[in-house]
Amino acid sequence: MKIHLPNSAFLGNIDPFIRGFDPLSDNVLEISANDKWISVHPVVLSMIAALGLTIDAKNISCAKFEAKSKHYLARMGLFQILGIRSDFDFVEHEPAGRFIPVTQIKTSGELTKFITEMIPLLHLEPEQAKTIGYIVSELARNVIEHAASEKGAVLCAQYYKKSNSIRVGIADTGVGIKKTINQSYAAATDLEAVKLALQPGITGTTRREGGTEQNAGAGLFFIKSIASVNRDFFVIYSGSGFYKLLKKTSRVRPQLNANPEKDRHSESDEMPFWHGTIVGIDISLNQTEEFSLLLDAIRKTYSTALKERRKSRYRKPRFI
Amino acid sequence: MKQINIFDKAGSFAENKDIAKAVRIEEILPALNKQEEIILDFKNVEAATQSFIHALLSDVIRKYGGEVLDKISFRSCNDTVKKIIGIVVDYMQE
Repeated sequence: MKIHLPNSAFLGNIDPFIRGFDPLSDNVLEISANDKWISVHPVVLSMIAALGLTIDAKNISCAKFEAKSKHYLARMGLFQILGIRSDFDFVEHEPAGRFIPVTQIKTSGELTKFITEMIPLLHLEPEQAKTIGYIVSELARNVIEHAASEKGAVLCAQYYKKSNSIRVGIADTGVGIKKTINQSYAAATDLEAVKLALQPGITGTTRREGGTEQNAGAGLFFIKSIASVNRDFFVIYSGSGFYKLLKKTSRVRPQLNANPEKDRHSESDEMPFWHGTIVGIDISLNQTEEFSLLLDAIRKTYSTALKERRKSRYRKPRFI
Repeated sequence: MKQINIFDKAGSFAENKDIAKAVRIEEILPALNKQEEIILDFKNVEAATQSFIHALLSDVIRKYGGEVLDKISFRSCNDTVKKIIGIVVDYMQE
């Protein structure tokens, strides 16, 4: 496998970075980087770490980084989690209020401990902490419950002072969304499976409305809704399927859609194959809608979606 | 009357579905089987995920129907928790 860290890869311009990923030869990993500057979304680091965890550290080759920003990669714990030595010394900053380093989470108990410790670290207002904690919990639990990956979830996050935003990335190298969704639905492609998973009440564990006693199929819909209401980017990539919720301008009043097709988005079903699932999200703290107001909109959209889905299954009268 | 303190079990951010499942199986369902009324006390719980509330309540509503809500009271819920409970209760009765 080969992966190249460009000078810039955030959710708005992440597509070329993903297209450049070479998944062939999955027993080795070659990491290269722009030699002048590296400025990347946390999801990029989560992806590289997740890939690295699938292979022996001795089979990871990392180009000698020239960019000053290599210190950032070290500080985020990338080299440490990959089990490779960085060839330079760096000054370790106090992480409080700035970032959550690359972290591997494999069990439900580890996740609860991580969230408990993470919220005070980010020094957020209580409403903002609720939103970030919610996102991390739902995404990581999806991995623990559905991905069937022995490596669990790999996640990291970064606070950006200039935009007053938090960017979160989570990656796994599990079975991917299509395999999970296809236990109950017939998604022909990875992209189709991704779009099904984004709809409220759709879960791979059952076709029954309301889900099973442990799964409702609502987690990803909630997270897309949080991004949508806050006019932020949200990216989900699994197999060759890629869906990106595009940023809305402040002139457009955000509206929640149960069907991801109706959101302003870009998509592709021809990305290099990722064995597992990647999710990246940006949360602008300046305009974070109060969480309880967001829930009103979710409740309405969810209910309407269920009614429409039920109605679509009604038998129709045969007029002859 | 059975009282269950959610904060004691799940903390201020109720997100661990395994804990919710344990509360449902070990406390809520046995109490309902004994015709007891239940108070779920959310005092000091600042937020809960939909997944947590789903794991806590969905199977109870499915087994006993919406009427079971006459036997369960939710105490000291803040707005966020009330709304998450509302969403789950809604879709389980759709």
